[in-house]
Amino acid sequence: MKRIIHTDTIKSEIVKLIRSASFIAPPEIKTAFSRMKAEETNPLAAETLQILIENTEIAEREEIPLCQDCGSTIVFLEIGQELTVEGDLLYDAVNDAVAEAYKKFYLRKSIVADPLRRINTGTNTPAFIHTDIVPGNGLKIDILLKGGGSENMSMLRMFRPTDPVELIIDFIEESVINAGPNPCPPLFLGVGIGGTADAAMLNSKKALLRPTGEKHSDPFYAGLEEKILKKINSTGVGPMGFGGRATAAGVYILTAPTHIASLPVALNMNCHSFRKGGVTI
Amino acid sequence: MEWIKITTPLVDATIESLRCGDLCHITGRILTARDKAHDRIRQMLAKGEQLPFELKGELLYYVGPTPAKEGMVIGAAGPTTSSRMDPFSEMTLSLGIKGMMGKGKRDKATRELLGKYKAVYFSSIGGAGAYLSKRIISSRVIAFEDLGPEAVFELYVKDFPAVAAIDIYGGDIYENRIQQ
Repeated sequence: MKRIIHTDTIKSEIVKLIRSASFIAPPEIKTAFSRMKAEETNPLAAETLQILIENTEIAEREEIPLCQDCGSTIVFLEIGQELTVEGDLLYDAVNDAVAEAYKKFYLRKSIVADPLRRINTGTNTPAFIHTDIVPGNGLKIDILLKGGGSENMSMLRMFRPTDPVELIIDFIEESVINAGPNPCPPLFLGVGIGGTADAAMLNSKKALLRPTGEKHSDPFYAGLEEKILKKINSTGVGPMGFGGRATAAGVYILTAPTHIASLPVALNMNCHSFRKGGVTI
Repeated sequence: MEWIKITTPLVDATIESLRCGDLCHITGRILTARDKAHDRIRQMLAKGEQLPFELKGELLYYVGPTPAKEGMVIGAAGPTTSSRMDPFSEMTLSLGIKGMMGKGKRDKATRELLGKYKAVYFSSIGGAGAYLSKRIISSRVIAFEDLGPEAVFELYVKDFPAVAAIDIYGGDIYENRIQQ
């Protein structure tokens, strides 16, 4: 059935999502930090986790951003094929919402218009928008506010299709050790496996949209995620790289069909300040 | 875990007493600078221009805060990744800074320079922007205002948490090279 939605509605939903992601850490993340703190034997790691827990409380109570790096605004849109969007151009509406939210909520504007000449746009726009056309007449909006420090630790390696899965696990472990403190652990680690190089990179970020505590729907990959998490948490990197057990809070794999010659594996690390949100309208 | 209270300006006795892994509460005046401010200092020095501030004896904090809301001192103000400032270590140390603060690893050259110039590298708590903003009691821009969040701020901090990450003896918390 055909349905019409106005861009004003989309705009106001995105503003709300940015506000809540910037100031409010989801309860499951606070629970995870508390559990990790209880498991730490390294006093510096426990102290660091305690500060991260208090950080979430202060941010929510006083509306101070969880982190001064308020991120690139990544917006994922799943647009139903039977949906008609009225009003402004859809991408303009998304960018207007981003500019409005970053101004209104005193968020840091971190986007430069050109990668080499580096003049700040002053609005945190443009957002990085990914759209998928899906069946139906709905619109699903997911946002991810992604800090530069963790994004800089992104990785891609093209494996041989005959490589054992252990090599992939080693690559992930090695990448997390090399990144050390830079992506602000405890991490939420997105892993894109399969597809083309670009599809694997995008999937490594999309993988992070899965609800934080939810397992992979395929038991094979759920098992692999668990194995990777265990391995990462034995590296000793620890919270903020000061040493300890809590190096990652979750591993999220998203796969795609791939070429007979290829096995791309991409990593997108998200810092402990996991700022995301979604809504279906 | 025991917090070691230190004050700025960092005096030799403090610098000599710190060992990597020490958890510190810093109180006093600090200056901020991140990528663009470092780049501008380099350009000014290359042109033989006078810097609008002194770096001698200062603790330099790598941060780009969020704007302050009405009635607040500053917005979120946690450390940024220090390794991006590695190419500038010799420059800022030779200008006389006695401490650097950010988050994460430094390169080998910086580690050696810290020993040579007798300065300490502190790593604060990355991503704890809201928590750390409450430890800043005053804030004002003193130079490069056009750089927005990348301007040079003078901050007064009270009990600002940071780990001594690299000491003057070559000890580095990220390299497990703690020297006893």
